[in-house]
Amino acid sequence: MSEHHKETFITKYIFSQDHKMIAKQFLITGMFMAVIGMIMSALFRLQLANPGQSFAILEMLLGKWAPGGVLDPSMYLALVTMHGTILVFWVLTAGLSGTFANFLIPLQIGARDMASGFLNMLSYWFFFLATVVLLWSLFVETGPASGGWTIYPPLSALPQAIPGSGTGMTLWLTSIALFIVGSLLGSLNYIVTILNLRTKGMSMQRLPLTIWAILLTAILGVLSFPVLLAAALLLIMDRSFGTSFYLSDIIINGEVLHNAGGSPILFEHLFWFLGHPEVYIILLPALGIVSEVIAVNSRKPIFGYKAMVGALLAIAFLSFIVWGHHMFMTGMNPFLGSVFTFTTLLIAIPSAIKVFNYLATLWKGNIQFTPAMLFAIALVSTFITGGLTGLILGDSALDINVHDTYFVVGHFHIVMGLTAIYGMFAGVYHWFPKMYGRMMNKNFGYIHFWGTFISAYGVFFPMHFLGLAGLPRRYYTNSAFPMFDGLTDINSVITFFALSGAAFQLIFIFNFFYSIFKGTKAKQNPWRSNTLEWTAPIERIHGNWPGEIPHVYRWPYDYSKPGADEDFVPQNQPLKEGEVEH
Amino acid sequence: MTNILIAIIVFLIIALLVQILRVSELLSEINNTDVNEVTDEDNNTQGKLYLAITFIFLGFVIWQMVYWNHFLLPGASSVHGEIIDGLMSFTMNLILVVFFILTPLLFYYAFKYRGKKTNTAYFYSHNNKLEIIWTIVPTIVLSCVIVYGLQTWNKAMNPDTSQSKVIEIYAKQFDWTARYSGSDNQLGKANYKLVKGRNQLGVDLNDEKSEDDIVVREVHLVKDQSVLLKFRSRDVIHSAYLPHFRVQMNCVPGMNTQFAFTPTQTTAEMKEQEGEDFEFILLCNKICGVAHYNMQMKFVVETQEEYDAWIAEQKTLKNTLTLK
Repeated sequence: MSEHHKETFITKYIFSQDHKMIAKQFLITGMFMAVIGMIMSALFRLQLANPGQSFAILEMLLGKWAPGGVLDPSMYLALVTMHGTILVFWVLTAGLSGTFANFLIPLQIGARDMASGFLNMLSYWFFFLATVVLLWSLFVETGPASGGWTIYPPLSALPQAIPGSGTGMTLWLTSIALFIVGSLLGSLNYIVTILNLRTKGMSMQRLPLTIWAILLTAILGVLSFPVLLAAALLLIMDRSFGTSFYLSDIIINGEVLHNAGGSPILFEHLFWFLGHPEVYIILLPALGIVSEVIAVNSRKPIFGYKAMVGALLAIAFLSFIVWGHHMFMTGMNPFLGSVFTFTTLLIAIPSAIKVFNYLATLWKGNIQFTPAMLFAIALVSTFITGGLTGLILGDSALDINVHDTYFVVGHFHIVMGLTAIYGMFAGVYHWFPKMYGRMMNKNFGYIHFWGTFISAYGVFFPMHFLGLAGLPRRYYTNSAFPMFDGLTDINSVITFFALSGAAFQLIFIFNFFYSIFKGTKAKQNPWRSNTLEWTAPIERIHGNWPGEIPHVYRWPYDYSKPGADEDFVPQNQPLKEGEVEH
Repeated sequence: MTNILIAIIVFLIIALLVQILRVSELLSEINNTDVNEVTDEDNNTQGKLYLAITFIFLGFVIWQMVYWNHFLLPGASSVHGEIIDGLMSFTMNLILVVFFILTPLLFYYAFKYRGKKTNTAYFYSHNNKLEIIWTIVPTIVLSCVIVYGLQTWNKAMNPDTSQSKVIEIYAKQFDWTARYSGSDNQLGKANYKLVKGRNQLGVDLNDEKSEDDIVVREVHLVKDQSVLLKFRSRDVIHSAYLPHFRVQMNCVPGMNTQFAFTPTQTTAEMKEQEGEDFEFILLCNKICGVAHYNMQMKFVVETQEEYDAWIAEQKTLKNTLTLK
């Protein structure tokens, strides 16, 4: 595949095996799903701030699920469930990893393409199928899955328990099974490619941190997603074939079920054995992306490269032994709770190291505020804010009273949601010139950033107060309890910022599509960056470099190096005589 | 009509955006500059915006802490809850201190080191001493948090229950029922297969221990007397959440769970402190179905005399179920 071969429309744009095109397919699909997920959140935010009020838009979009314009409680739960599912899996797993792993791995390690272009194509098309099935589930008679994105049985297993656990849940499970297959094909490919196809001189110690992060993400995915697949298969068996893996001693709607001996807690263990690493599957690529963006735009080497890699390794390892902190209140043995508290709080150490190293990278930098850099700095901020509240939730004794309240919602939206989304935005703004050969408009980027940044904190910071007031999450309304009466004030603030935040995303979407076709032409290396992708020509060719693949002689972070001619030295430049590697 | 209007407005907004973009691009073409190149002027503006946002963001946080403070739950009304509150204020203060140091520092760096064409960044790739310090300091702080946390957890989860009054809390879509263990302080056996007619908890009436059990829809507790709640669920997972007592435990079908605590304040005392509307409430805190948001039961804490008077009025299972 060393030569640029002839491509037809279908092999170029649809069944493409070119990693760059597949990355764009993941990105566009992810963005499409993000818009749907965002609209869903806007709809249920309307209800939360104005309980029981009628909105014409609700009836227009939801039809029978919002009779008279008032959101139906089961549709509220369905929207919450689908919002979570879409954002966690479709946007921040496939949209983020799928895009940047595909786009960056071959370009940054100096490879012509992925180890298997065919598997890579399959990975996208499984994801696409999963997307179709998930969207289909929005249109079934009994509504989409509505037992929360964590789909705990028995609620998710019994159509009698909630309407969404009928056909909607069957489609949800089918969709997630397809999704996992796609994800596994992708992850295997990423690992193999990174380990085997690095260009000459690209030792592991010279890998950009983006690639380190993606490698660990892929390893986490390969080790944890199969467990979710198993959990989903067992749930399918319970739902459709009369087994009792998760069900026991149940009477539902007056009907005594025959199931005996199963345990819903088993499902929770299996689910969170994926679910917690999943948090880092979402987070690590974002951290990898901003490590690159911050170094480039501070015009400084990333501070403590080895510590950064070490911290990533530590986080990845620890992420496998902390899943129990989602289950402190399940009645698990308190000793087990102690163990999980211990391992969970340990994660704060590598996280702190990362934050300090980012700060040290900014220190005495020459910061270039590209839109990507604005988002990268914001990511460090949300990582601090959201990470700190983790000290409360990870501490089992404190979790007793904030477990499953809005405090949790605030925490994970900031530390995982915003952090990963900011990483994704930073990545899109930063690599857009490489993807499309054109620039995204800078000033629109600035407006998008400040609007998003302010709105997002306006949405998620107040949630901590709702949680500390004792308000449980996934409540259709807070008006059933007199003790929560005043909280509608806070909910109104949140909804205001949620809608304004959504409006600012329109600017991004506009900027994105406008720039694909009409943006100003990009220079080959617009950010004066060191990594290999910027040595490839602007025009897209299958195989990335027209001639020989460049060799690598140094790490990717030689910015503002004393003695160098410019404030950056690309990785393919040999060391000067007498120059030390760093 | 409104839909057409909305469509027209959206179209106009997009047209406007396109025009703004075109104009800015054409202007920079005239000036022979690249519209998307980050200039010193940009760096200056964005850096200052970061400085401004420091004050706006932290101001917003402080505003919330001042004006929304009264929404927060009152201090714990249970023995272990007070210990948890202690740990909570320790942890909260710790994270607020770190938050109020790191956030301004981050934004200040963004402002202070905003780029300039004439500046050069300082090549500084690592400093082992510094990195060891900021590994060890968080490790020490976290060790304290962990030790304090685990001690609190152990106290909260392993209280002495030998003197506790045993009460069963039974969850189903979408209400709670309570069963007092009666004078023998032992709950009669129960099985979901026995649920029938008025025996909604499936209590085994052949078990002697069940005779004096009392089924109620409102829980009364005695101040300063330990109580052991045992949870069961009939259909899906629920979570029994008593925020004022700092108590929470999942109710899982096919499994028994429990939580023991000692209330320290009566409802009357709390009403004096928090207002006439105050009630201790049991909520469901695990998504359980359509009416999850409205699954509640009142808890009343009172003096021994008041409790004795109340319990005397309640009928035992033997009276309600067997003698029809």
